Amino acid sequence: MFRKQECVAMLLAGGQGSRLYALTRNLAKPAVPYGGKYRIIDFPLSNCINSGIETVGVLTQYQPLVLNDYIGSGQPWDLDRMEAGVHVLPPYQRSRGGDWYKGTANAIYQNIAFIERYDPEYVLVLSGDHIYKMDYSKMIEEHKRNKADCTIAVIEVEMSEASRFGILNTKPDGMIYEFDEKPARPKSNLASMGIYVFSWDKLRHYLNQDEENPQSQNDFGRDVLPAMLNKGERMFSYRFSGYWKDVGTIDSLWEANMDLLNPKIPLDLSETDWKIYSRNPGLPPHYLGATAEVQNSMICEGSKIHGKVDFSVLFSGVTVSQGAEVRDSILMPGAKILPGARVNYAIVAENAVIGTDAVVGSRPEESPNLDEWGIAVIAAGINVGSGSVVPSKSMVESDI
Amino acid sequence: MRNNNVLGIVFSNMYDEVLPGLTAVRPMGSVPFAGRYRLIDFTLSNFVNSGISKVGIITRNNYQSLMDHIGSGKSWDLSRKNEGLYFLPPFTMSDELYAGRIASLIDIRPFFRNAREEYVILSDCHVAGNIDINNIIKEHISSGADITVACRHGFAPPLKDNLIMWMNAENRIIDIVLGQHPAGECDYGVGLYLMRKDLMVGMLEAAASRNQMNFDRDILLRHLGDVNIHGYRLPEHTSVISSLGSYFKANMALLNTNVLESLFDPQRPIYTKVRDAAPALYGLHASVSNSLVADGCFIEGRVHNSILFRDVRIARDAVVENSIVMQGSVICERTSLNYSVLDKDVVVKAGRVLSGAEDYPLFINKGTVV
Repeated sequence: MFRKQECVAMLLAGGQGSRLYALTRNLAKPAVPYGGKYRIIDFPLSNCINSGIETVGVLTQYQPLVLNDYIGSGQPWDLDRMEAGVHVLPPYQRSRGGDWYKGTANAIYQNIAFIERYDPEYVLVLSGDHIYKMDYSKMIEEHKRNKADCTIAVIEVEMSEASRFGILNTKPDGMIYEFDEKPARPKSNLASMGIYVFSWDKLRHYLNQDEENPQSQNDFGRDVLPAMLNKGERMFSYRFSGYWKDVGTIDSLWEANMDLLNPKIPLDLSETDWKIYSRNPGLPPHYLGATAEVQNSMICEGSKIHGKVDFSVLFSGVTVSQGAEVRDSILMPGAKILPGARVNYAIVAENAVIGTDAVVGSRPEESPNLDEWGIAVIAAGINVGSGSVVPSKSMVESDI
Repeated sequence: MRNNNVLGIVFSNMYDEVLPGLTAVRPMGSVPFAGRYRLIDFTLSNFVNSGISKVGIITRNNYQSLMDHIGSGKSWDLSRKNEGLYFLPPFTMSDELYAGRIASLIDIRPFFRNAREEYVILSDCHVAGNIDINNIIKEHISSGADITVACRHGFAPPLKDNLIMWMNAENRIIDIVLGQHPAGECDYGVGLYLMRKDLMVGMLEAAASRNQMNFDRDILLRHLGDVNIHGYRLPEHTSVISSLGSYFKANMALLNTNVLESLFDPQRPIYTKVRDAAPALYGLHASVSNSLVADGCFIEGRVHNSILFRDVRIARDAVVENSIVMQGSVICERTSLNYSVLDKDVVVKAGRVLSGAEDYPLFINKGTVV
């Protein structure tokens, strides 16, 4: 018998993140490194514990090894609990065959038994795709106040950008009357953040119904939410303001990292009352050598810097050798930049090595055609040989 | 693989008096070191990396900060179902807290009785080094020694009760002087002893019953003739902290990458409590060289030859040279620091100039506003 929990969070972490290409070759998108010492999933997990939600199911499917290891017992997030805590929930074999998760709703459907043992009033559905700090308990409060069946977190976006998002059209009291997926002519600028609170009895009902429908793609946004709206369930928006960034593409991942270097961007990782927790590699403080020149950058433990670093985010255990230059770039854990190498506007993934005098990426101001310019990506563990040149916007997935 | 057969005992308070400022608010074991560590981290990590899985920490006073740091021992993988970490605070009715090593060990006889380990290693916390204790154990067994005493070679530190020893070609200790040795370089003990548990308990009881309470004098020196006591020379880069000067020097030595890499060997990591600070941020005007910088720092000024602990702020136009700045300290605009050691949460207000000397660094107490 498990103790009752008012709210259980279900974190959809099975996505491949195909638009991150080489960066998600061997790991699921929520495990992608971000911000020097974090992975994307640290944000929803830390938000959960900071919001007082102590039961989290993490639904994994695509390349789960790194993610499983990373979550482990949940101890870094204080989610190693006797009954509650974090539980990794992969698809599994049953007596009558097994199924991969067919869609986001199906992933929750297949874990109804997990949710039921806590007998919750509410289920919070999260994704591992965004960087943001949010107090989910306030959203649940509003859900209760509205006597809602479903509450969807929304953020105001620029009207000109609204056609890129799933837009919610609401009445003045926040009640949703229409979903508009990537509308050509948006009626509002309230974009869905992919964060849902459901009253569990209602959600269970619609999940069962959705499963019986052979036409359904078993997706929340596509199937379950419209079905609820059509039946006239009480669906409300919850307005969030603050930093929220999708990190689903190379450009947005790069930008979200660079945002940390901008004091005007309201995402402060050093806030002590809403800490973002992460699994710590346990390395000594970073060392800046006599020839190091570091400005406008973020640097993590265990790194050794002897070269020049400007406007960059360096993860733990990174080496920048003497005479090397790193600008406007992201160096993920264990990346090595050898002497004389130049790295501009690039993401160098874990343990990749940039050889002596190699050149990776280029600066937009030096680029003859801005349409062809972009962030260069070096995949994890790749060796870029000495003197090699990696043009901007290229994606290096094998040694050169 | 089964863990080894050695029980670890840590004395967290030994030599508290040599760093009066730093140990006013904490025992030796929780003196901050190397940007994010406490001295006890080295002892505990050495134990754990050598397969010791049962560790007792003897405390005497001021141990609140130590307990806060150690917690359940999880960070050192010592939070175990069986064995793991044991706090051993004074268990006594008398006001006289642990007159010495023997009294405190006698006090925890039940701990020894209940332990299944055959050997005991005793360690103080005033040594920062990455020591492979398995080598000491191997040497102890192959040499047939009853007691092995780890030592360093060099000028003895300015401690009043140094254990200075002379060894023969087989490393057996043939003579011991307690105190200072005027004749220059020698082998001196670093408070690390390995022996069989039964032998130790027997010798402790015999000594205590005669009111002999000094381990080095009443166990080692007294039994030099009838017990086979060996010395074991520790490798270089093992720093003994015996004064503020040597504390400063041992920290500064880490700015040499060879020393840094030997202390923080990735195969034998030094573990510590995780504090979840954000990464360090360097501002537009930052200029930092030859320095160790921990997570959570925010640097806009100049830093040279220094060690910054976590969450230190260095404002614009501040200059920090040859200094150690501990966790949470704030250095305001246009200040200048040279050869200074700032304990935790110190604030140096705008325009102040603080300077010590290389052999006599200036120490600023925890929480001081300058």
